[in-house]
Amino acid sequence: MQSERQPILELHEITKAFGGVEALRGVDFALTAGEIHGLVGENGAGKSTLMKIIAGVHADFSGRFVLDGRETRFRSVRDAHAAGIAMVHQELSVAPDLTVAENVFLGSQPTNRLGLVQWRRMAREAGEQLKRFGIDVDPMSRLGDLPIGLQQLIEIARVLFSGARIIILDEPTSALSPPEVERLFATLRQLRGEGTSIVFISHFIEDILRVSDVVTVFRNGRKVAETPAVETSKSTLIEAMIGKGREALEETYTHDIMLPPPTDQPVVLNANGLTLAGRLREVSFEARAGEVLGIYGFMGCGQLELARILFGKIKPDLGTLAVAGNQKAFRSTADARRSGIAFVPESRRDMLFHQEPVYKNISISILDRISSLLLKPSRERAIATRQVDQLRIRPAAVELDLGMLSGGNQQKVALAKWLSYPPRLLVLCEPTRGMDVGAKNDVIHIIRDLRAKGLAIIVLSTEPETVLSLADRVIVLKRGAVVREFANEQISKDRLLEAA
Amino acid sequence: MTSGESVTVAAPDRKRPHRLAAMLRSQMRNIAPFLTLICLFGFFAAASPSFATLDNFGNILTQISVTGIIAVGLTFVILCAEIDLSIAAIANVTGIAVAYFTLQESYVNIANVPMPGWAAILLALALCALLGLVNAFGLTVIGIPSFIMTLAMMQIAAGISALLVRGQIAYKVPPLVTTLGSTSIGGIPWIVIVAALMLLGGHLVLTYTRFGRYVYMVGGNREAAEYSGLNVKLILGSVMVISAVCAGIGGMVGVAHFGSAQQNEFDTYLLDSIAAVVVGGTSLFGGRGGIGNTIVGLFVLGVLNNGLDHVNIDSFLKILIRGLILLAALVINVYAQRLRERTAD
Ligand SMILES: Nc1ncnc2c1ncn2[C@@H]1O[C@H](COP(=O)(O)OP(=O)(O)OP(=O)(O)O)[C@@H](O)[C@H]1O
Ligand SMILES: [Mg+2]
Repeated sequence: MQSERQPILELHEITKAFGGVEALRGVDFALTAGEIHGLVGENGAGKSTLMKIIAGVHADFSGRFVLDGRETRFRSVRDAHAAGIAMVHQELSVAPDLTVAENVFLGSQPTNRLGLVQWRRMAREAGEQLKRFGIDVDPMSRLGDLPIGLQQLIEIARVLFSGARIIILDEPTSALSPPEVERLFATLRQLRGEGTSIVFISHFIEDILRVSDVVTVFRNGRKVAETPAVETSKSTLIEAMIGKGREALEETYTHDIMLPPPTDQPVVLNANGLTLAGRLREVSFEARAGEVLGIYGFMGCGQLELARILFGKIKPDLGTLAVAGNQKAFRSTADARRSGIAFVPESRRDMLFHQEPVYKNISISILDRISSLLLKPSRERAIATRQVDQLRIRPAAVELDLGMLSGGNQQKVALAKWLSYPPRLLVLCEPTRGMDVGAKNDVIHIIRDLRAKGLAIIVLSTEPETVLSLADRVIVLKRGAVVREFANEQISKDRLLEAA
Repeated sequence: MTSGESVTVAAPDRKRPHRLAAMLRSQMRNIAPFLTLICLFGFFAAASPSFATLDNFGNILTQISVTGIIAVGLTFVILCAEIDLSIAAIANVTGIAVAYFTLQESYVNIANVPMPGWAAILLALALCALLGLVNAFGLTVIGIPSFIMTLAMMQIAAGISALLVRGQIAYKVPPLVTTLGSTSIGGIPWIVIVAALMLLGGHLVLTYTRFGRYVYMVGGNREAAEYSGLNVKLILGSVMVISAVCAGIGGMVGVAHFGSAQQNEFDTYLLDSIAAVVVGGTSLFGGRGGIGNTIVGLFVLGVLNNGLDHVNIDSFLKILIRGLILLAALVINVYAQRLRERTAD
């Protein structure tokens, strides 16, 4: 058991408040050398906040911080770096305009005696490092041009190979598909063998149980449990996280489920031969009212591009879209919105206004419905309050700046903004990414309700569970082409993975 | 998901000092310019007996009016995280155009095209709107960064001005423009009233209309605005046109105010307008600030320019002092942004 070993990091009675909201209340936390420490808890439980304290992001907290037996206080992220602590943040924090190689070496580029950056050496070393982690990418390409999952992998790789002895991963797997997750876990185990301590936060309890030595559960800013992973179970953890009677929330989808027979409801969207150079080849499908169409595929299969074409963000090279039978060539996202299409991208940063209050984030897409020339703030607040209640966004204060919500709650806001005036077609990329089990369940119910109201819904995801829990019909994308359609038949996680 | 109900909001009294500090920090952008203004005012009032008088206050108001009119439109542009470097040139060409379409005295040697006053005003307005549209087109349709696009427009507008006046000076403008630019009503110069009304209008649009909200949202996060289904290009295009029209109005009343229309007459107004907006605390990164900030910025500049004339210092030193104070304000602007980001993360 780990507890007999001397911890390298000990936190005592950590309390941290943001304005009036207490994010952490008297938390103790210890980390020993060579352990993988899993961290679970609801959205807003305080996981990221505690980790940011360890990584030097929040310098202003009360409590004791003991590193290697000595009481310390980091004043900045740089202090934490110097002490060998590195963190992958929940929100991607890469520099999209720099090259892959520069991102890998961020802040520590190899230089020659004159202080000039050694580009060739940097590119070579970055390439090698990434390859070790199974990433094959041109180190000189611009990071922002890569799919978000790959960006996340590169950021993880950077931190894993930075030589830090304490590594914090805040929901690192949210944008990864199963093969990459496996590779990540293998690397984590290897690092553990070398004596590195790792904190791993995830809402996938099975992953946590599989990879961690110890699991700590947070609830409402407090630590409520800490047990060796072998001595606990998924239902025990969920119960500790959110209370009794909800342990059946997350199904495992290892067994077959039966997809319903096709509906004869009208076709809302018809995509025909969508092609985008190097990304998509002749993708055709239809989405019907009252039906959830799942689009599954591994990272880089062209999902993201496909979704953006549906919302008019990018134009296909070839192919047509028809909404309710009318041909459409969207010139802008505004066009698509006016045709009754709503869109939630996979990265909430792209979708939300962090410096604006929650209610303005929720009302932005429907302002033209609730007001003509002049704004009606009270109406906006009322609508936002209703959405906040329905989606149980916490804290339930519509005046709060969005940036003050936890990651999972921000994701809910991204969904909430489209629900007040349900569109005809809802295109959701990774709708439950970053949500805790309870919230996922809520969102699944909301999406089912919308389906019952006759909306056409398209869910795009790299997580088999997301697709299986929602879809009535599934198409599988592989390297930009549709390779399989599941309809009116048995389906399971294994079959889905096999097809991809 | 049951935890939410018990999220504690700590008793306000216990947390007050902390909260106050956080509030102050997040309001830094608004507080700092105001403090600057008070300090400057206090300093000049102490340094010169002729500064803090009602008469001089009127002077300051008149002196900042043209800048104020131009800065209204620029505020919209900067809120969208764009820039317009062509405002002074557009002001100049619009002022010249309105004179060009007015009958000049015989000794003015310009091949002008006399028209009724209202037509001259409409044509001049159409000209500045057109130039704004060209800016909008370059920015949104072709995709030229606004910095470059408006730099080119600065040259184009200056070129048109040069062609219209050919080195001459015109004096006559339509009566309405003369009235607004150079007369007073009840002791208050019309130009001050025009500036005040335009600032008020800009404020109302930004605060109470849907368009105003869109401007802030596009400036706050353009990507998110697009993913929310806003027509970002239309909004960016509109602010470029608004900016050009405000500049044009400033140019027309400015010409009447100065009493003449000639080449390069408005050159200093480019930096002054940008300075007014930014010194006031509107973020160069977009999404934060507003007309209220611009008004404070205008007064900072106005008090500074006017005050330096009341104290006895080397007039060459004045230029340096102005520069240093602007630099300080810019530092605060960027710093306030960072503070805010830190409190929000
Ligand atoms: N910068 C901030 N300003 C104000 N409040 C904040 C800030 N960051 C976090 N909070 C609040 O602190 C609490 C804990 O947030 P935290 O991000 O640690 O949650 P989490 O456990 O990581 O949740 P998630 O699973 O959603 O990522 C939440 O109530 C959140 O609203
Ligand atoms: Mg978090």
